[in-house]
Amino acid sequence: MDELIIAGEKFASRLIMGTGGAPSLEVLDQALVASGTELTTVAMRRLDPGARGSVLDVLRSRQIKVLPNTAGCFTAGEAVLTARMAREALGTNWVKLEVINDERTLLPDPIETFDAAERLVADGFVVLPYIGDDPALARRLEQAGCAAVMPLGAPIGSGLGIRNPHNIELIVEAASVPVILDAGIGTASDAALAMELGCDAVLLATAVTRAQRPDLMASAMRAAVQAGRLARQAGRIPRRRYAEASSPTTP
Amino acid sequence: MHVTINGAPHDVPDGTTVAQAVQRLTAQTTGVAVAVNDEVVTRGTWATTALADRDRIEILTAVQGG
Repeated sequence: MDELIIAGEKFASRLIMGTGGAPSLEVLDQALVASGTELTTVAMRRLDPGARGSVLDVLRSRQIKVLPNTAGCFTAGEAVLTARMAREALGTNWVKLEVINDERTLLPDPIETFDAAERLVADGFVVLPYIGDDPALARRLEQAGCAAVMPLGAPIGSGLGIRNPHNIELIVEAASVPVILDAGIGTASDAALAMELGCDAVLLATAVTRAQRPDLMASAMRAAVQAGRLARQAGRIPRRRYAEASSPTTP
Repeated sequence: MHVTINGAPHDVPDGTTVAQAVQRLTAQTTGVAVAVNDEVVTRGTWATTALADRDRIEILTAVQGG
């Protein structure tokens, strides 16, 4: 498959993985391997002296690039500090910017996200903001210097798929940075649809980590992203109201 | 003096450094970041940065999530 390029960096896989929800690091490790991912996001939290093993060790052993996120932040100020601490801890200036508006929906806050994006871009970060399926905001974030935009399909962990495919298409049409469908993926067909709509990549976690067999679902997602990408490049036939014979109608 | 490390109160001697505060929680130095009163303290200056009374120290690392 053709490479995904974000901020000049190339990835052979168009499936970006999250790490939330896995029952153990072993299960996560197997799922990441099965997914074929080369870029995976991690959260930043207070150090727990009793914690055994680290998600960083898993990523390092599989040579997967780490993408720190600002999950858990509710304001631009919190997100900027978290990004700076991630840069210090992990030695990367990449950040998945996530500023949540409320605990119930976990929907991203557009005002705080835009504010944080501007400040992080100015501070030299490669910023990948998680946003609603809003074409206007996506464009403004691209203009602000973000390296990609990451619209949701549906709320985090909901598995509801892509609720507004039309808006995702509008975002894709206007964007000249990669569009990464983030959040809401429930099963393989959702991931394939994202790619068929023209997204450059898919980011998912829960759909794999909370599946009954995470490694098997990871394989399914890998195949779905590849199939969707190929279908997008192949160009689908137009939808028709009535049948069109595919064999000659005269004997 | 009294400081807060990751939300918990600690009594530490005067002149305690960021490096010493980190050592109270972990021997680890990589994969960890420290902020004092919401400002990042880079690893290279942990040993030379002294804490002040009532400082708030946050020590973060990467975990599964997001």
